[in-house]
Amino acid sequence: MYENVEVRQVFCNTLDKMMSENPKIVVLDADLAKANGTLSLRNKYADRAFDMGVAEQNMAGVAAGMAAYGFIPFIGSFTAFAARRICDQIAISITYAKRNVKIIGSDPGVSAELNGGTHMSMEDIGVLRSIPGIVIFEAADAVELEKALYQIVSYDGPVYIRLFRKVAPVIYNENYDFNLFKADVLKEGKDVTLLASGIMVNEALKACEILKEEGIMAEVINVHTIKPLDKETILNSVRKTGAVVTCENHNVIGGLKSAVAELLIEECPVYLKSVGVLDHFGEVAPMDYLMKKYNMTPENIVSAAKEAIKKGR
Amino acid sequence: MNENEIKQLELKSKHVRRLIIDEIGKLGVGHIGGCLSPVEALVVLYYKVMNIDPKNPDMEGRDRFVLSKGHAGPALYAVLADKGYFDISMLDTLNRPETNLPSHCDMLKTRGIDMTTGSLGQGISCAVGMAKASKILKDNAYIYCMIGDGESQEGQVWEAAMAAAHFKLDNLIAFTDYNKLQIDGTVDEVMSLLNVEEKWKAFGWNVYSVDGHDINEIYNALLKSKETKGKPSMIILNTIKGKGVSFIENMGAGNHNTKISNEQRIAALKELE
Ligand SMILES: Cc1ncc(C[n+]2csc(CCOP(=O)(O)OP(=O)(O)O)c2C)c(N)n1
Repeated sequence: MYENVEVRQVFCNTLDKMMSENPKIVVLDADLAKANGTLSLRNKYADRAFDMGVAEQNMAGVAAGMAAYGFIPFIGSFTAFAARRICDQIAISITYAKRNVKIIGSDPGVSAELNGGTHMSMEDIGVLRSIPGIVIFEAADAVELEKALYQIVSYDGPVYIRLFRKVAPVIYNENYDFNLFKADVLKEGKDVTLLASGIMVNEALKACEILKEEGIMAEVINVHTIKPLDKETILNSVRKTGAVVTCENHNVIGGLKSAVAELLIEECPVYLKSVGVLDHFGEVAPMDYLMKKYNMTPENIVSAAKEAIKKGR
Repeated sequence: MNENEIKQLELKSKHVRRLIIDEIGKLGVGHIGGCLSPVEALVVLYYKVMNIDPKNPDMEGRDRFVLSKGHAGPALYAVLADKGYFDISMLDTLNRPETNLPSHCDMLKTRGIDMTTGSLGQGISCAVGMAKASKILKDNAYIYCMIGDGESQEGQVWEAAMAAAHFKLDNLIAFTDYNKLQIDGTVDEVMSLLNVEEKWKAFGWNVYSVDGHDINEIYNALLKSKETKGKPSMIILNTIKGKGVSFIENMGAGNHNTKISNEQRIAALKELE
């Protein structure tokens, strides 16, 4: 349905639809409306879509204030500035105060490409995940994002949305039965569980195909919501397979691997391997180059899966 | 500065613009507008004013420069290469995998870069730290810094402004690249700074407003700034984003981070002959 459509276009169109139905939704940007695709909203909603300038901390605080007045603000920047830069404002004015603010962080991890190390946040999930009560979501494709946005608006509370903004491979069709708080089992299998989020979901699906050719049946689960973690779906799968690989476009410290490990170590200790960024900063390069360099390819997931199965025996 | 010297630095500015066009043009995309606007200021600093040695980039007591609007790195790389900090051919590696010339300034990667920047608002605080350190060591260095007008919307810029005046850092001389444009539109549309000059004065700085493309005006403001005692100086450079290449100037805010084709690169070089 959204082949060759940039995710940010779907993001903007969905916001447009929601804003036309819900006068409480406002959209604040920090001089990255063009980048995040939201600039055109200003033509239609002059008083509800506006710029706050290159001033992310103030934007977060202003959003919290508007939320205290009953509005539902979406605030946007690149992940580096939407999470790292405004961490304290998210923690206190937004989350501690339980304000209904939706935070958009675009260009997660390696998808920052030529913007390089300063913009390539590998830590945004880790930084935010330890703040009590915030919901952290990352879509695998544009369809999932669109469905999620409606549920995110209906949910009363702070949500961080990790937004890959370019053209994403299509994974879902419009019949996808999405639930913000339920991880989605994309492929059923009995030998190993692949838990993936964001751009790594497609890589995990490719790994699943390669494994199948070798007679290994992988279960692929899209963990679109990293907090709160859908314990039930993950435990059901892992109890069946006994081996796990986490796949994330993020530091292996603080993100999906950590969240899953925290759960499994208490409920179902099994051998866990991870694919992700091994605790280093990013650098300038195209995304495919970085995914190879950082060992984030389907082949890397396949090796990790085999190792997890072997050690699990 | 005599007529001849001014002429030389004007020619140098043109040369640096050509290097920038080639550097970004060969890659095909980059922060072209904000790289072209501050060229004269960089040229006056690096070819006339700063106490530096390209053969010894870590020289003790040297003057330092913090490019707080770190996305203009390619402009500074062109100057550093021309000064001999590294081989000119390195400019062709801009933003390619494994490069030492990334889109934003990185002091760990590039010879001659004094501070890592790219997250707007942070560089000027680092410059304040350097100026304070230099005062403690009494090494007589001057610390130069450049911020953007969009960047000036960051609260941290004004925290730095307050600290610099509080510590009477007269060895700190900053520039604002006042090209009146950012990404989402003009600065006035996005988040107005109102009267920038009065703001810096109110924060206790010595302020000059000059034509940012006039070598002599920049130089004179720098001389007066160096003589000023007891307060930091801000030189507001009235500039044009994309200066020197008409089709880039005409793009307005669209020239912030844009694609540039090989034909456009060649046309731009021609205009800068
Ligand atoms: C903290 C932070 N927020 C956002 C960005 C993204 N960004 C890069 S350049 C830019 C606009 C800067 O405008 P200005 O300072 O006027 O630079 P110039 O027009 O001179 O290029 C923005 C928002 C960033 N690098 N850092």
